[in-house]
Amino acid sequence: MFSNFDFGVILNSWRYLFLDGMTFTLTLTALAAVGGVILGTLIAMMRLSGLPVLPQIAKVYVNFMRSLPLVLVIFWFYFLVPYIGQWIIGAERPIQVGAFSSSLITFTLFEAAYFSEIMRAGIQSIPKGQAAAASALGLTYWQSMANVILPQAFRNMLPVLLTQTIVLFQDTSLVYVLSITDFLGAASKIAQRDGRLVEMYLFAAVVYFTICFIASLLVRRLQRRVAIIR
Amino acid sequence: MNYNWNWGIFFEASPEGTGTYADMLVSGLLWTILTALCAWVVAFTIGSVVGVLRTLPSRAAQAVGNAYVELFRNIPLLVQMFLWYFVLPEVLPESWGTWLKQLPNAPFYTAVVCLGFFTASRVAEQVRAGIQALPRGQRMAGTALGLTTAQTYRYVLLPNAYRIILPPLTSEFLNNLKNTSVALTIGLLELTARARAMQEFSFQVFEAFTAATVIYIVINLLVVTVAGVIERRVAVPGR
Repeated sequence: MFSNFDFGVILNSWRYLFLDGMTFTLTLTALAAVGGVILGTLIAMMRLSGLPVLPQIAKVYVNFMRSLPLVLVIFWFYFLVPYIGQWIIGAERPIQVGAFSSSLITFTLFEAAYFSEIMRAGIQSIPKGQAAAASALGLTYWQSMANVILPQAFRNMLPVLLTQTIVLFQDTSLVYVLSITDFLGAASKIAQRDGRLVEMYLFAAVVYFTICFIASLLVRRLQRRVAIIR
Repeated sequence: MNYNWNWGIFFEASPEGTGTYADMLVSGLLWTILTALCAWVVAFTIGSVVGVLRTLPSRAAQAVGNAYVELFRNIPLLVQMFLWYFVLPEVLPESWGTWLKQLPNAPFYTAVVCLGFFTASRVAEQVRAGIQALPRGQRMAGTALGLTTAQTYRYVLLPNAYRIILPPLTSEFLNNLKNTSVALTIGLLELTARARAMQEFSFQVFEAFTAATVIYIVINLLVVTVAGVIERRVAVPGR
């Protein structure tokens, strides 16, 4: 079955695949995860704030993002970001936004909705008494969040946050629809150039599988280690 | 923003000559719904079997179930789509491959199978969790009543487990529905693909995507409402 396969195509293109493609994928994943967790935490805090209007805004944002397919959101931002940029800096015409910035904005905003649900659960997992104790000690809202609530919430939710980051890593492959050279995009370009679809897509699958499988094993191990014994 | 809005665009004829742009989006919507429903049937069937495998006493059955879930969860959906569409016909015996390639509506069948197998791994996780959430006494009671393992699952464990996991299954169904859009990469003319085509033909980017967005949100609300009704219908009284 593999007799007429040419796996040499992978050897010839590995620099392009990994130095261009995988670097893009990993950078995008890391930055979008950090941005998404920060923004997601802020959204979760809005949602739990008990102030007027803010919780509703947060809820609408999260439900809105979660009911749209990522592919549609990628298209949306690809066309919308130039106009928003123009509006912000008051330029005459829609500004040019690179493929990387456009996908980074998309993934940060999209994943923030998912991360915020995780962080909401994390904040809610901290007993109410702790927030009460913090304010009794004279800490402000931001001090008690930064020093008491959030560190524990992150610790509790770390495995879930990392699992979501693995999902994000897989989802970044969808930038393919914008013809961006991420890992899959690079594999696909080589595949089409050399007419080696079978080898390249199988190889891409093996690489994604290996990375995600090992990462999820590590997350599971971490989960056992950080679990707080109650 | 110097963008020329034109909301009347939906009633203009599309260059495909088969009606208006609105018709184009509606046909996309129908493909999305059809693909999602067919894929869900596959996902629910395989997912239930795999989920049950993972709760059986047999170590071998558990290993098969776990291997399935790991395999389908750790490869991006888009890559799986390409594997089914581009790779499978090449690695099968030649006559089968040719038959597959000549299949009418190949993107649709590929999307159904691919999404079905992919979503099945998620359904399996839920089914396993649902079965394991049941008190151990239920399985023992089944055995004590003289039921076989198959009967215990059929009459005791699964009816309870499905009720517990109805909310997460609803969100898996919604994911499955949204994931149909990934099939645009293999040429399925579903809703997102149609909105994208409308944008390319008419240059009315934001009208096209707004329409698709509204449609997705409405379907989501409908599914959530229907799931709520089902949940109340099947709830065990007194629990």
